[in-house]
Amino acid sequence: MPSPDARNLARRIGLAVLVVALLAVPMFADSSSLSLVTRILIYSIAAASLNFVLGYGGMISLGHAAFFGIGGYVVGMLFVHHADATPLMGFIPGSNQLLVTVPAAVVVSGLLALIIGALSLRTGGVQFIMITLAFAQMIFFFFVSLKAYGGEDGIIVRRTNEFLGLNMRDRVTLYYVMLGFWAVFMLALWRVVHSSFGTVLRGMKQNERRMAALGYAPYRYKLYAFVLSGMGAGLSGALMANFLRFASPDMLHWTKSAALMTMVILGGVGSFLGPIWGTAAYLVLETWLAAQTEYWQLWLGLILLAVVLGTRGGINAGMARLAALMMRGRG
Amino acid sequence: MTGAVLEVKCLVKRFGGLIATDHVSLEVRPGEVHALIGPNGAGKSTLINQLCGELVPDEGAVFLGGQDVTAASVPDRVALGLGRTFQITNLLTEMSVRDNIAMAVQARMGRNFRIWDAVARRRALWAETDGLLAGTALDTRAHVPVAGLSHGEKKQLELLVALARKPQLLLLDEPMAGLGAAESHEMIVSLRQVAQATPMLLVEHDMEAVFALATRISVLVYGRIIASGSVEEIRANPEVREAYLGAEDELC
Repeated sequence: MPSPDARNLARRIGLAVLVVALLAVPMFADSSSLSLVTRILIYSIAAASLNFVLGYGGMISLGHAAFFGIGGYVVGMLFVHHADATPLMGFIPGSNQLLVTVPAAVVVSGLLALIIGALSLRTGGVQFIMITLAFAQMIFFFFVSLKAYGGEDGIIVRRTNEFLGLNMRDRVTLYYVMLGFWAVFMLALWRVVHSSFGTVLRGMKQNERRMAALGYAPYRYKLYAFVLSGMGAGLSGALMANFLRFASPDMLHWTKSAALMTMVILGGVGSFLGPIWGTAAYLVLETWLAAQTEYWQLWLGLILLAVVLGTRGGINAGMARLAALMMRGRG
Repeated sequence: MTGAVLEVKCLVKRFGGLIATDHVSLEVRPGEVHALIGPNGAGKSTLINQLCGELVPDEGAVFLGGQDVTAASVPDRVALGLGRTFQITNLLTEMSVRDNIAMAVQARMGRNFRIWDAVARRRALWAETDGLLAGTALDTRAHVPVAGLSHGEKKQLELLVALARKPQLLLLDEPMAGLGAAESHEMIVSLRQVAQATPMLLVEHDMEAVFALATRISVLVYGRIIASGSVEEIRANPEVREAYLGAEDELC
């Protein structure tokens, strides 16, 4: 068993390598792999947000596409109204400023999570899964029939939002901007997970009855976590709409919720880094398998099955076990 | 004027045709250890669950410190000073002994909706946690995850966690269950110490423990209290001997 100091050192070295690697990506990547890495960064924000309720809080939400999609739509709708110079709902001016649209998306998705969470958290278990799914589907069909904002076709955001006067059409600049948002989000999440609230939330997952007997009212804590998680997913959606310059009902589809959940499970439920590895593995596999065969989902499913059964805890647990093995091998 | 810490008035709970709690009235006064005994299936757990708020009674009322809590939730009753231990240990199994106690201290200290502090740096929290652990049998096991504790250690931790919440009243659901002779004795010693400051309602099968700790005993049979009195009175009561003590002696 490695000492805590050694583990801390290993963690710091690992972190430093990761930071350098992420900063260096544009030097080595061609445009398609740069876009793949950017998508990994953006999706991993949503996956980590889902993991916050799923892995830390024990709430199995199959409706996180709703928050992801709403985040995208806020960016899209604000852009449309900015381009038309018409106010949204008669009084909200449009915007193409990233520092306006992203916070707006986070707030709106947080409010949506408050409404959906307040109702669905009155249930638990399978009912909770189904109700979150049902709400997400309602939002999906709402936007499909919302012809003013493109209906099924969605909204094309002709230009990525402006940010600090940078040239956002340049893919490398855009990558660094997204990397910045990603780093800020991950640091914030780290703080929240290790805060007083984060500790209570982990207790909630392990034993809700015990936590109630200590005086923690489960509903309020779980709802707060659900709102925070919805805000994170909304941030991810807003960044994605800026990156793809497109917001569509696709972002709200239930398969998006399932994909996020797959990323979390693949990487390791309830671990901090798991969702990042999971997102990377999912998107790399998707890209690679889709180039090989039309039936890529079948192979992805088989790989998922193998990873979940083989590692018992996703990629993160697999790597930890590998590291432990190497340590022991060295004596 | 009642002065009772806990007062239960005519509590009734039915499951279909079965009356699990049949017009039970009892009270726990300051300084008292009120033991509740009765054969298996007498409805002791059902009663405890109504007292702590996990089950809603069909009739009757529960008062905590004079306040009607019949409709209050579990956390609301805990906020009014109710503490409990579980018959089957109910702990945060992935966390360590120290973390389990800290969670209880944290519940009492509040400010738990903070997302921007670091729980590891809440000095008062850890100082108090370590203070509670110091001198107990679990002190050397502070960093062991609960899953790695023995049954006796888990029972001790149940009690420590309940005490960390500084309750005004303790509901103890079979704290001796499954303990060996030596462990039982230790538990009796710790409970006697706790009883000096905290009144208790003690549900227990181990008659040795009941006689050692109780200041008053009530006997529950088929959901009904058939007798209530001091240790001597209950020992002498022929009806109790018939319904409970006699049968229990034969079983043992």
